[in-house]
Amino acid sequence: MDYTYTYLILLLPFLSFLFLGLTGKWLSHRTAGLIGTLVLGTVAVLSYYTAFEYFTADRVNGIFQTLVPYNFTWLPFYDEGLHFDIGIMLDPISVMMLIVISTVSLMVHIYSFGYMHGERGFQRYYAFLGLFSMSMLGLVLATNIFQMYLFWELVGVCSYLLIGFYYTQGPAVAASKKAFIVTRFADLGFLIGILIYGYYTGSFSFDFTNTAVYLNGAAPGVGAGLSKAIAGAGFILPTALFLMFIGGAGKSAMFPLHIWLPDAMEGPTPVSALIHAATMVVAGVFQVARMFPLWIQYAPDTLHIVAWIGAFTALYAAAVACAQSDIKRVLAFSTISQIAFMMVALGVCLPEGSFTDNHASLGYMASLYHLFTHAMFKATLFLCAGCIIHAVHSNEMEFMGGMHKYMPITHITFLIACLAISGIPPFSGFYSKDEILVAAFQYSSALGWIMTGIAAMTAFYMFRLYFGIFWGTENKAYHEKHKPHESPAVMTVPLIFLTLITITIGWILPGTFGSYVSATGKAYHIDIDMNVAITSVSIALISIALATWIYARNSQPIANRLKAAMPQLHKWAYHRFYIDDIYQFVTHRIIFAHISRPIAWFDRHIVDGFFNFLAWGTNATSYQIRTLQSGRVQQYALVFLFGVLILILMLIL
Amino acid sequence: MLFIGIYGFLTRRNTLAILISIELMLNAADINFAAFNRLLFPTGQEGYFFTLFSIAISAAETAVAIAVMINIYRNLKNNFVDTLDKLKW
Repeated sequence: MDYTYTYLILLLPFLSFLFLGLTGKWLSHRTAGLIGTLVLGTVAVLSYYTAFEYFTADRVNGIFQTLVPYNFTWLPFYDEGLHFDIGIMLDPISVMMLIVISTVSLMVHIYSFGYMHGERGFQRYYAFLGLFSMSMLGLVLATNIFQMYLFWELVGVCSYLLIGFYYTQGPAVAASKKAFIVTRFADLGFLIGILIYGYYTGSFSFDFTNTAVYLNGAAPGVGAGLSKAIAGAGFILPTALFLMFIGGAGKSAMFPLHIWLPDAMEGPTPVSALIHAATMVVAGVFQVARMFPLWIQYAPDTLHIVAWIGAFTALYAAAVACAQSDIKRVLAFSTISQIAFMMVALGVCLPEGSFTDNHASLGYMASLYHLFTHAMFKATLFLCAGCIIHAVHSNEMEFMGGMHKYMPITHITFLIACLAISGIPPFSGFYSKDEILVAAFQYSSALGWIMTGIAAMTAFYMFRLYFGIFWGTENKAYHEKHKPHESPAVMTVPLIFLTLITITIGWILPGTFGSYVSATGKAYHIDIDMNVAITSVSIALISIALATWIYARNSQPIANRLKAAMPQLHKWAYHRFYIDDIYQFVTHRIIFAHISRPIAWFDRHIVDGFFNFLAWGTNATSYQIRTLQSGRVQQYALVFLFGVLILILMLIL
Repeated sequence: MLFIGIYGFLTRRNTLAILISIELMLNAADINFAAFNRLLFPTGQEGYFFTLFSIAISAAETAVAIAVMINIYRNLKNNFVDTLDKLKW
C-alpha cells in the first residue's frame, strides 16, 4: 500500500492558511469560508481513506504495522548522533486521531460559516483554523518527540490566535495571553524532558522496538538506546517521562495548570469546540499514549502518580462545574474532568506482563476510546451551546430556560450528547467510560469508586445544565424582547452528523474499538463487565433523576435551599476554589513586585546608564576637540608637518 | 631652502606668497636632485631627467594654482587665506 499521498493531509491546510492569510483581505467572506471548508473536506476524505486502507490491511503477527511513509533528517547533530527528523508515522492511534481531528475540524468549518457570519476578520478566522488543523495533524503524525514538540508549540500559537480572535476586547486578550503563557510554561518541563530523554537514549524517535516499516526510502529513526538510560540509574527515564508529562498536563489542563481553559471560552464557540474540547486538549493524553511503551515498562509507579493527579483534577473540575452559571464554563470544566478521566485510564495500567497482555493495559485502550467518543460528543455540546448563545446573545443561564420550545434540533442533539457523557447505553460514552471504570477497578477499588462517584457528578451537572437551558425557569421578559430562533441548516447539520456518530460508534464497528487500538497492538475484544456496567449506569440514572427532581421544573426551591444551607461551599465552587486568585497573588504581589521590579530597575539605571555614560563621554570629548577642524589650510598643513616629523622620528628610532 | 619654504607656507596670509613658498620648496628639491646626481653618479643623467620632469610639473601645477587663486578672489574679494574657513565645525 502506497501511502505517499499522506503528505497532502499536512500540506493542504497549510496552503489554505497561507492563501487565506495573505489574500484574505481581498476575498469575500463566502469565498474564504468555501476555500477553508473545501480544503478540510479534502483532508477529511484523505484521512478516512488512509484509515480505511490502514485498518483493512493485513496484520503482521496480529499487530497493525507501524508505517513511516516519510522521514527526513532535518537537523543532524553529528557529535552526539542525535538528529531532529520531520516525517509522517501511521500507527493505530495516529490514524484514529486523524479521523477525530479531520471530522471535528470539518464540522467546525461548516458550522463557522453560519456562526461567524458577518464577523469582521472572517477570512483570518478560517486561515487560523487551517493552520490549527495542520498543526494538530502534524502533532499526531509525528515520527519523533521533537517533531511532536514543534507542532505542540504551533497548536499553542493557534490557540492564542484563535482565543484572542476578538482582539479589541480586554477579556479575550487577557485569556489568550493566559492560555499561551501557562502552556508555554508547562512546555519548559516538556523540553527539559525531551533533552534528558534524548541525551540518555541517543534518539528522539518513537520507534522504540525498531519494528517500524520505512516506506519510500524514508530515513530510519534509530531506535532508542535504552540501555544507557537504564544503566544511568533507574530514575532517569521516569524523570524524563514525568517532565514530558508536565508539558502534557499544561496542554491538557490538569490541576494546577488548568487555569487557562475556562478563560479560553472567551474565544468564538466553534473554536472552543475544536480546540478546547476535541483536539488540542487531548494532546497531553496523546503524548502519554505515544510514549506508553516506555511508561509501562520503565516508569509504572510514575504512571500511577499520573493516575492520581488525573483523579484529583476530575474531582476538582466536577465540583466546580456544579456551581457555574455560564454554560461555556460548565462545558469547559466538564472537558477538564473528562480529560482527567482519560489520564486516569492511562495511569491505571499495570506493568506485569502488560506488553503481552491486553487485559492489564486495558486503560490504554479505554483512554483512547474515550478520547474518540468524547471528542464527538463534546464537540456536539459546544456547537449546541454556540447555537443557543447565537439565539440568546448571552452565555449566562439566566437568559435561557424553556428553550426546548424554540430550538428542537439543538434540544435533541444536546440531550443525546448529555446522555452520552453520562454513560447511558447505547450511546458511545457508555462503552468508553465503562472501560475506564473497569480499568480503574482493576488497579484499585478505591480509585474505581472515586471515578464512579465523579461519573455520577458528571451526569448530575450535565443534566443541571440541560434542564437549566431547555426547561427550568424561563426568562420570559427577555424572550419576549428577543425571540430565540432555531439556527440555520449550516449550523444544525454538523450537530446532527456528530450526534449520529455519538449514537452509533459504540456498537457499529465490526469488531470493537479494541480490535483496532490496543496496548499491544493485537486485537482485543471488549466484553462488557456486567458488575461495573450495571453499577455505573444505575448511579448515572440516579444522578440524572436527582438533577431532574431539583432543576426540571419552573422554579428550583431545593437548589435554593441547598445554596442557602451551604453558602460557603457554593461561593467557593463558583469562584473555582480561588485557584486563579492564588495565581494572581503569587505572580503580581510576589514575583512582579519583589523580583521583576528590582531587575527592571537594574536594567534601566545601571545597564542603560552605562551606555548613556559612554555616549555622554563621546559627546563631551568631541566638543573639546572640534576646534581642530578650523577650515584653515595652514593649520592643517602644520598638523601634517608635525605628523611627518613624528613618523620620521619613529622610523629613525 | 626647504625649511624656508615651509615657514613661508605656514605663516604668510597672501595666497600668492604661499604659491611662491611652494615654488621655493619645489626648487629646493630640484637642486637636491641635481647636486646628488653630480656627486654620486658622474656618468649617469637620471637625476637631471627627474629634475626636468619636476620643473615641468611645477609649472603646470602653478598654472592650476593661479586659476584657483583667481576664483578665490572673484568669490571673496580678497587674497587672504584666513578668510577661507567655511569647512569647519
